[in-house]
Amino acid sequence: MNTRHTFMSLFMLVVCSITSAETIFVFGKEIHPVTKPVIRNGVVVVEDGTIQGVGPASMVDGREADRVIQASVVVPGFVDARATVGLTGQFNHEHDQDHLDTSEAMQPELRAIDAYNWKERLVEWVRGFGVTTVHTGHSPGELISGQTCIVKTAGRGLQDDLVQTCWGVSATLGEGAQRSGGSPGNRSKAVAMLRQAMIAAEERLKNRSDSGEGNLFRNLREEMLEDIASGERPLIVHADRAFDISAALRLKEEFGLDVVLESAAESHGMIDAIKAANVPIFLHPTMARGSGERLNVSFTTAAKLRKAGVPVAFSTGYEAYVPKVRVLVFEAAMAIPYGLSREDALAMITIEPAKILGIQDRVGSIEPGKDADLAFFDGDPFEWITHCEGVMIDGQSFEQKPR
Amino acid sequence: MAFTNAHIIPVEGPEIQRGTLLVQNGKILAVGASVEVPKNALIQDCSNQVIMPGLICTHSHIGGWGGADRSGPIQPDARIIDALNPRSSGWKRALAGGLTSLNVMPGSGHLLSGQTVYLKLRPGVGTIGEMAYRFPDGSPMGGIKMANGTNPQGAPPFPGTRSKAAALVRQKYLEAQKYQRDLEAVEKGGEAPPRDLGLEALVEAIEGKRVVHHHTHRADDIVTVLRLSEEFGFRLVLHHVSEAIMVAEEIAEADVPCSVIMIDSPGGKQEAINLSFETGRVLDEHGVKVAYHTDDYITDSRYFFRSAALGIRAGLARDTALASLSLHGAEMMDLGGQIGSLVPGKDADFVILSGDPFSIDTRVQQTWVEGDLAFDLANPSDRLFAEGGFGGSNEVNPYMCCTKNECEGCAQ
Repeated sequence: MNTRHTFMSLFMLVVCSITSAETIFVFGKEIHPVTKPVIRNGVVVVEDGTIQGVGPASMVDGREADRVIQASVVVPGFVDARATVGLTGQFNHEHDQDHLDTSEAMQPELRAIDAYNWKERLVEWVRGFGVTTVHTGHSPGELISGQTCIVKTAGRGLQDDLVQTCWGVSATLGEGAQRSGGSPGNRSKAVAMLRQAMIAAEERLKNRSDSGEGNLFRNLREEMLEDIASGERPLIVHADRAFDISAALRLKEEFGLDVVLESAAESHGMIDAIKAANVPIFLHPTMARGSGERLNVSFTTAAKLRKAGVPVAFSTGYEAYVPKVRVLVFEAAMAIPYGLSREDALAMITIEPAKILGIQDRVGSIEPGKDADLAFFDGDPFEWITHCEGVMIDGQSFEQKPR
Repeated sequence: MAFTNAHIIPVEGPEIQRGTLLVQNGKILAVGASVEVPKNALIQDCSNQVIMPGLICTHSHIGGWGGADRSGPIQPDARIIDALNPRSSGWKRALAGGLTSLNVMPGSGHLLSGQTVYLKLRPGVGTIGEMAYRFPDGSPMGGIKMANGTNPQGAPPFPGTRSKAAALVRQKYLEAQKYQRDLEAVEKGGEAPPRDLGLEALVEAIEGKRVVHHHTHRADDIVTVLRLSEEFGFRLVLHHVSEAIMVAEEIAEADVPCSVIMIDSPGGKQEAINLSFETGRVLDEHGVKVAYHTDDYITDSRYFFRSAALGIRAGLARDTALASLSLHGAEMMDLGGQIGSLVPGKDADFVILSGDPFSIDTRVQQTWVEGDLAFDLANPSDRLFAEGGFGGSNEVNPYMCCTKNECEGCAQ
């Protein structure tokens, strides 16, 4: 990530440390650090919004805390690898849907943070099921629809919740990007347009470096395309059909793009190629409907990709109708009877998305030095009949009626 | 045929820790902990497995899309049975989810979108008629699908407001009442009115032969439906009922059952923003009969169990949750005497599960319909429809299959 974003992250940490200067002991009958084995009767020590330690409950014997929390099962706050929540709202009408501007096929300059509503009720809804970090932004539906950002779900305000202003740029291959009566009107044209945009960006970069001149008249669209072409900015390619996934892999190889696949319903049929290309996947919800381009979707895909060693994380994606936002832990749970272990399912909604997003130093596991983002359950988080009892974000507790 | 050593959930009567289900000629012969198995019976050992009634969905849209067209908002003459494809893979996915009987309905884009049909998922039949339950007169059994709220609103001739919607419905039922009087007059020597298939169906609703299955979300819309039902005397099942908690007393007083949808988050449209996991529990506490439904394609039939499990998550009693997937649905379709529980004399429609119905780890192993094996997870072609993959989710033939080893589940 470039220096601008690193600076923002450091700035945020400073703000948090000022706002929550307290020591908290979180006792859990089961603590799942994710990156280490499960701890029975353990404790997470939180100081100033950051995890200070995790281990057996006895490690805090004789010490005092400002606040003590007792929980049955403690897991890291979940990380939704890719969503649109906050840009899409519960009412699902034009006044609360800012995920897609259809005026042009390619608008990489559209920033997600300019549309993210941290007070959207659905943000609170997903937080109530353990999600504390969400990679959200523009949806699929245009060739390049706009940027994504990473936020905490605390609802404190944009600056307080922001983890990363711009993570990647959302692209779509397949029927979803096609414009009736316009371009791209089919698959070949879509890839041709992307290819042309990448070539133009490469040439601009080369000309500037040859002449030694800076970019005197800034063009935000061109700058973002140059970031994509140079591989500095991930291109998130929403593709479900196998041949659209292939096209994404070709573009990556041709231009050296940093491609992340999104949805990828037919990825179960081309695991070797995906693995060879070393492309991570924000996988579609397990309960995604098997219609349209997802006609060949399978409940077994998550387990197959994980088993093959493909970097893969669960995502809730975009929903045009209902459920307007999906519950991440439910989507991970649904893969368990189809071959995914509970350990892998938990990793795929915590540390795996954190790694793909490059924020594993801050979130995704319960380890000293990380943000104090935790979720509390009254039993196995993946069972339908257990409850999320609340979450902690940067040391701040969000209590609720068990949900 | 005897299914032995199973944990049996009859739904009517207590659960049996280790029992036998005895089936003969498509009917249940006996259920219990100490059933004597006839010497000539085929025996299937179901140790460590759970047997419960085949699931019943009171609200499904699989098998095709049909009913009313865009010519008008009220079309009781349109029959969904005329639009269904008996070879749809949707039936196979439903069987994979443990479903054995469905109320297949036209959609909610009309005030009245047509006649629904009650189907039994008999395997290997060639026509949709062979799947249909029958009224005593032999005609295909079904209800009437109605809707209010925002879905049926639109440009004329569709209603633009809720008042207009109710006015259109009221006028149509008044027409049906007149038609009913004209028909009754025939018996006293009057002249027969010209046959009107739509009004005939509405008369069947007024007379109680056909249940009105009514899509409705908002509390005031629910009360409007109760009012219309009282005014014209049609029998009613309320469907979806996102805001039923707000009017649970009114629903209980009207003694109207509810078929509830379980969606993972509120909203998607304004009238569903108060949708709650607690709806089933609250209605049950008020004495309202509760079933869940898939609304498939809205939620997939293959995880129908989950709807009731999420009800339990919100406090619904386990017994009610079990009945809400089976017996209660049967009763809402006037089929409670034939299906919905494992008691002697009822159809041998049941599922064999790998564990507790509400556990995440549990899978449907087999689905039996009238004593015939209709879904078997051990059968690769059935497994494809249970899990998905190339060719498993759609009627379209696999366009690209088995070019790689990892494509294990492909149709051969």
